[in-house]
Amino acid sequence: MTNYDIVIVGGGPAGLAAAVSARNAGVEKILILERDKELGGILNQCIHNGFGLHTFKEELTGPEYAYRFIEKVLDAKIEYKLNTMVMDISEDRVVTAMSREDGMYQIKAGAVILAMGCRERPRGALNIPGYRPAGIFSAGTAQRLVNIEGYMPGREVVILGSGDIGLIMARRMTLEGAKVKVVAELMPYSGGLKRNIVQCLDDFGIPLKLSHTVVDIEGKEHLTAVTIAEVDNHGKPIPGTEERYTCDTLLLSCGLIPENELSRNAGVTMSPITSGPVVNESLETNIPGVFACGNVLHVHDLVDYVSEEADRAGKNAAKFIKGELSDGSSEEIEIVATEGARYTVPSTINVDRMDDKLTVRFRVGAVYKDSYVSVYFDDERVMHNKKRIMAPGEMEQIILLKDKLTEKPGLKKITVKIEEE
Amino acid sequence: MEKRELTCIGCPMGCQITVELENGEVTSVTGNTCGIGDKYARNEVTHPERTVTSTSIVLGGDKPRVSVKTASNIPKDKINAVMKEIDAAVMHAPIHIGDVVVKDVCGTGVDVVATRNVEAV
Amino acid sequence: MLYDVIIIGAGVSGSAIARELSRYEVNVCVLEKCEDVCEGTSKANSAIVHAGFDAAAGSLMAKLNVRGNEMMDDLCRDLDIPFKRNGSMVVCIHKEALSGLQDLYDRGIKNGVKDMRILTREEALELEPNLSDNVEGALLAPTGGIICPFKLNIAMAENANVNGVDFRFNTKVEDIVKDEEGLWHIRTNNGEYVTRYVVNAAGVYSGVIHNMVSKDDDKIEIIPRRGDYCLLDKEVGTHVSHTIFPQPTNLGKGVLVSPTVHGNLIVGPTAIDIDDKEGTNTTADGIGDLIAKANDHVKNLPMRKVITSFAGLRAHAARHEFIIGEVDGAPHFIDCAAIESPGLTSSPAIGEMVGNMLKDMMGLSKKANWISTRKDVMNPADLSVEERNELIKKNPAYGNIICRCESISEGEILDAIHRPLGARSLDGVKRRTRAGMGRCQAGFCSPKTMEILHRELGLPYEEITKSGGRSNIVMERTKNQKGGNN
Repeated sequence: MTNYDIVIVGGGPAGLAAAVSARNAGVEKILILERDKELGGILNQCIHNGFGLHTFKEELTGPEYAYRFIEKVLDAKIEYKLNTMVMDISEDRVVTAMSREDGMYQIKAGAVILAMGCRERPRGALNIPGYRPAGIFSAGTAQRLVNIEGYMPGREVVILGSGDIGLIMARRMTLEGAKVKVVAELMPYSGGLKRNIVQCLDDFGIPLKLSHTVVDIEGKEHLTAVTIAEVDNHGKPIPGTEERYTCDTLLLSCGLIPENELSRNAGVTMSPITSGPVVNESLETNIPGVFACGNVLHVHDLVDYVSEEADRAGKNAAKFIKGELSDGSSEEIEIVATEGARYTVPSTINVDRMDDKLTVRFRVGAVYKDSYVSVYFDDERVMHNKKRIMAPGEMEQIILLKDKLTEKPGLKKITVKIEEE
Repeated sequence: MEKRELTCIGCPMGCQITVELENGEVTSVTGNTCGIGDKYARNEVTHPERTVTSTSIVLGGDKPRVSVKTASNIPKDKINAVMKEIDAAVMHAPIHIGDVVVKDVCGTGVDVVATRNVEAV
Repeated sequence: MLYDVIIIGAGVSGSAIARELSRYEVNVCVLEKCEDVCEGTSKANSAIVHAGFDAAAGSLMAKLNVRGNEMMDDLCRDLDIPFKRNGSMVVCIHKEALSGLQDLYDRGIKNGVKDMRILTREEALELEPNLSDNVEGALLAPTGGIICPFKLNIAMAENANVNGVDFRFNTKVEDIVKDEEGLWHIRTNNGEYVTRYVVNAAGVYSGVIHNMVSKDDDKIEIIPRRGDYCLLDKEVGTHVSHTIFPQPTNLGKGVLVSPTVHGNLIVGPTAIDIDDKEGTNTTADGIGDLIAKANDHVKNLPMRKVITSFAGLRAHAARHEFIIGEVDGAPHFIDCAAIESPGLTSSPAIGEMVGNMLKDMMGLSKKANWISTRKDVMNPADLSVEERNELIKKNPAYGNIICRCESISEGEILDAIHRPLGARSLDGVKRRTRAGMGRCQAGFCSPKTMEILHRELGLPYEEITKSGGRSNIVMERTKNQKGGNN
């Protein structure tokens, strides 16, 4: 068995940033394990622009953003293995990996950083009735086929779900000559970013039908048509509102799920809300020395935030292997998300272990206009920030200061909620 | 007086901006939280622009396509014309980020450039 | 070429018959309208090996069910496919219906089902804590089992093929006529086939095929009886350990909840009689009905963990009995029609019965060198780390994982493509290896599997299909580029 200080599972934006930050923190033996044939992860197929405004103060495409970090990894001579699948992670941080070249092998890791990313919710999980013909793709699969392989799934397209990948693919397919007939969204609001609705749908006159879903799929061999209908407040289709669209392609952009098979098998505690690990202020899971960052932890809207989070995971993993991540003598403070706030990452804080400033990210459960993000230390409201608009598709954040927390010894609970006034 | 409601696309914040115009001249921009929003709103109501991203054919590379973009914004009404030139372009590997795929696309003064590296095989 | 026997249909019945006939010195060809074996009723069912207490005492269905069940251990060992006797449990939730369990038990005894027991509420709950709180008692049949229907069908066909049986895919029978010499001429979309004997194993089309040759007063109507199913994630595959049935009604055995042999949980089927013999569409009502019914007998069903839903068609006939035998007035034309549930369980016995029938009719002699066994696509997950390394050293493709969810390597996919009657489509690969059958439902692996099919079979991307016919995945290259890559 070989030994590494830090093994990073996944060479996408999270894994790359975590590696760079761990190296900057002085860690020598770092290994990135990537299952695909190149570093960069899903960014390689996200050829649109809009990445990096926070990180690099300029607007990059996905491959360009990825390459900025790949270059850093190459410059720092951080080891990585491609075409390598991690098969298992044990509680004592033994990582079992496999590849054509190296066969199956085990690595003893001082610390492990989980950075496996997420996957799309497939048709099956949506229980859409109808036939099961060819021509139905998750938006990301279609994105790979069009952008990487250079093939068109079809010419007449309906999209279910207004997640960002779906919106981006509406524009991509249109630019490649397809006719995108409609985007149907089950919820009364879009799950995607505003700018994507403007740039990807409005620019091309593609209608977005909120509170609509697909109720039938036709075509025995290949897709020939789908029927969409309006849904009521409970998401149930309203009879009489059906509209049939002939099409040869149905793209699904109905949510992303963190990919945590390895974490679960290792014994990592999961959050039922995020489907990602439960982590503390150091982005450490319940297993000491196992950290998580990026979309495997919770699905992000911006890669910039992934990079920032991964940077923290890398730093903390470095501290862990150097024995600098104190056990923390202070009590653990629980962060509770309630009344409109769905979850927070992290979900606990140990003040001794936190930096001077801690960014806590969360998502809201509905669209809120002119409302307040409120933070309570036990029963005392300590923060009350007005926001013009908050939506489930966009991540929110609050910053907690160590100074403020040390002023409150005995603090048990921090509550994050949305208030109308 | 004319009033236009816009969603700013300058960044993912998506600020709701209200622009007031008088005889085609912008008289006020409100709702933006930064200078980008102000500039975007003024441009969007007078001469809208977009960055176009797509792929181009690669010959002799380890990938069949290379991702490309317009190096800066082009007029929105030229998107289709720009796409035609991008579709017609054929690149030969090796390709590096920033390599010019189409020079001065559609006379916009903007180049289409590669956004990733492609190795030759 | 003149065949001795032509079997119409490469489903589980046709393939079982083909394998039985391959024991003998006889020229056999199987005609299949789809691009692969296991494309009709055989691919979409409950995947259950029934114990045999359901079918009417004395019926052919009862006899073949119990016989098929008995044969399954040896057959699955010979063909190297997974089979598990997890036991079936019929659950009674109404006190007044408890006598029905006794009736089933008695029928089972008459049919020759072994080891059955009637359980009290407490005994049933002890075995299955997730049974409904309303459970009053249950019938336990330990001989009930679970199997992979794809693998059973594929393995029998493959073994038949290795032993000399021809298979013709994408070949749809359009008409059958007999000439003066008594030879059958089968007209298909792929030319005419001539044969001495015909076996009609055409599933939901077995009535149509029968009616091509039968007398006016001897017509069979097969009613496609649609069954909707939901398949749940492996995470909840142990919600029950037995196959849980409600008490049967005249529409069949009802909605069952069962683990699958691969570790998922299956819930289904509904029973809706339809007209369309290709009508395998699920409906919102059907799935809703399914969930409501399943919840009657099993509590806390984790329906949020559904990874896919599908529908299959049973080849139902009004008499609810298998029709196996020579058609009246059509000598040498053997029906194997109306094979509805328990058809999968019965298939080895159907093969044996029709095989023996033809052996006697034709006076067949045994082949000296019949190969009785085959090896399935290997499952490297069963190997130790050392064995796996050895394997990867010999064939590096086994080190390259293609399907993340089911952990299927390129080696297994190559095997599936290059073995006899190998896979030619994404579904073909999926049914042979499980690549794409996991929780992401092929989102990640389908482009990679396409690349492998393209490389190995020399198929242009545009011609790679989900399951043959017009089910191509991509339409054309972007940028109107013609021809292959580079």
